[in-house]
Amino acid sequence: MGNPRTLYDKIWDSHVVDQLEDEAYILYIDRHLVHEVTSPQAFEGLRNAGRKVRRPDATFAVADHNVPTKDIEKGITDPESKLQVDTLEANTAEFGVPYFSMTDDRRGIVHIIGPEQGLTLPGMTIVCGDSHTSTHGAFGSLAHGIGTSEVEHVLATQTLVQEKAKNMRVTVKGEIPLGVTAKDIALAIIGKIGTAGGTGHVIEYAGDAVRSLSMEGRMTLCNMTIEAGARAGLIAPDETTFEYIKGRPYAPKAGAYEQAVAYWKTLKSDEGAHFNKEVELDASELIPYVTWGTSPEDALPITGSVPAPADFADEGKRGAAERALKYMGLTAGMKLSDIEVDHVFIGSCTNGRIEDLRAVAKIVEGRKVKDTVNAIIVPGSGLVKIQAEAEGLDKIFVAAGFEWRQPGCSMCLAMNPDKLAPGDRCASTSNRNFEGRQGQGGRTHLVSPAMAAAAAVTGHLTDVRELG
Amino acid sequence: MEKFNKLTAVAAPMPLVNIDTDMIIPKQYLKTIQRKGLGKNLFAEMRYKDDGSEQEDFVLNQPAYRNAEILIAGDNFGCGSSREHAPWALLDFGIRCVISTSFADIFHNNCFRNGILPIEVSQEDLSKLMEDAERGANATISIDLEAQEIRGPDGGVIQFEIDQFNKHCLLTGLDEIGLTLKKENKVTEYEETRKMQQPWL
Ligand code: SF4
Repeated sequence: MGNPRTLYDKIWDSHVVDQLEDEAYILYIDRHLVHEVTSPQAFEGLRNAGRKVRRPDATFAVADHNVPTKDIEKGITDPESKLQVDTLEANTAEFGVPYFSMTDDRRGIVHIIGPEQGLTLPGMTIVCGDSHTSTHGAFGSLAHGIGTSEVEHVLATQTLVQEKAKNMRVTVKGEIPLGVTAKDIALAIIGKIGTAGGTGHVIEYAGDAVRSLSMEGRMTLCNMTIEAGARAGLIAPDETTFEYIKGRPYAPKAGAYEQAVAYWKTLKSDEGAHFNKEVELDASELIPYVTWGTSPEDALPITGSVPAPADFADEGKRGAAERALKYMGLTAGMKLSDIEVDHVFIGSCTNGRIEDLRAVAKIVEGRKVKDTVNAIIVPGSGLVKIQAEAEGLDKIFVAAGFEWRQPGCSMCLAMNPDKLAPGDRCASTSNRNFEGRQGQGGRTHLVSPAMAAAAAVTGHLTDVRELG
Repeated sequence: MEKFNKLTAVAAPMPLVNIDTDMIIPKQYLKTIQRKGLGKNLFAEMRYKDDGSEQEDFVLNQPAYRNAEILIAGDNFGCGSSREHAPWALLDFGIRCVISTSFADIFHNNCFRNGILPIEVSQEDLSKLMEDAERGANATISIDLEAQEIRGPDGGVIQFEIDQFNKHCLLTGLDEIGLTLKKENKVTEYEETRKMQQPWL
């Protein structure tokens, strides 16, 4: 027996093709997901060099960022957005890459459809030209975002040149209280360690609270890992994982499935494996979180108040807080629950899955969206939409006054027509509250789906536990 | 990719922490299908007013820094989205080197693929360089990648660390894909073994 290894060590070791120099390795990539925004220049690079896609069968493409969520039948009206989606379609046809078109029910946000289709499996290396590729780590796969030059590298070689990251473990213990979700846990962690807290590391999430999460919850947690600066997030696969994968279209079929599960069961950190950094959190003490500023680390329990720049010891943080308060139009000391919102956005690769929509329905059933609030729900994929409609959730949403849209990234980054106007304030289930993220001058408060639902009903940030 | 070896240039100070890639290049400019032409949109929302005219107090709009080729910035530079449009925009503007106390992982990698040198320094050195940069166009900073040195306007020298593979790539302007393709037989060998061990993949 060799030294005890972490889950990350194991996946890394089993994918090293060669060592180049010092710390640079050629790492094999099992799955490459592609979307329209970060791939055109990569395909063009291949074309210019006369190169092919090495493994079209391990590659998968879908358009999500530019896709309108209303009147999709009419196509895309913005000429630049249309060109980008058309370019993806032409590139996938030319290079033989499987592609879900804009009229396919199975389309959606790339990080939602990977798991949904069984393209995401434990022990794999998965990359995509998108930082939230970390989502797929929920299955115990090593998944991270890459730049467009690296997309081209993976297309051409099915490998990536990488340095190994360090190991970090975040252990979340205790029972998760009612009203607290994976999103709150993620915000609490980022609030604690900061947006650079995981830089240079791969984070493994452990502890009974993490184990108790559904696959949807685990995906939310791993999705937000990139906001903590880590390269990837990982959760060792278990029965919950295997159960989720079973029977999905691209998952191993009977026979191969059993063989795969036997291997997947070995995918966990060994007793005594070394972590360079350890963080612990007690879930039972958590209450729902919201962000007040323009960085995901600006996260506080909903019962708190907007901080003052002077509250920060670090000079850089003080400056950032001052700038954030100005941008967000908030005054230090005001209660977070007094912040009024005029928009609510429910969706994105963080919280656009069926479980998220069920949580929203539970809160808004029999209630009304406040008349000052513009609230939209954008399912993460066509299949999530179909499922929600089969459960009658869409009726609950529409009756409450939400707009029920077609799938896509939508107002998570506002590349399509869904965006905030300057000064608009939004409670959002997405992942980034950066300046201008949801539209130039728009103000974002990150929350869980249940908290977003509560804000929609009351018109201000609200502790969902009070709505019962 | 353009090689990088030595550079002497004006450095623009941006004493902000967590400068994210949404700030560096806002999403409305991600709809391009080319790598070039993004320089005019670099930091667009900080650099221009709503009517499109320049925000005079933004550093890159000040006469002293219009030709800056080095950026000195606060901690965690390049966090957020993986968009390579961020280094493309920096490069197209003319920035060849960014100095900070830390960089986000994906942005850091993206720089090396585009001939931009990201340099990590201590907080103390950053503060000194920030002060130097604030002195404007007369205070140029020199970078020597081979020697791994930053030379300030007063002749003070700061040594920096960089991993040897990335250093080599920048110094030679290497085509990384070409390099990996030379190892194609190793990849094929790997694939064959994997097929036996994990046939479901
Ligand atoms: S939903 Fe948002 S974060 Fe997720 S892939 Fe789309 S734009 Fe990126």
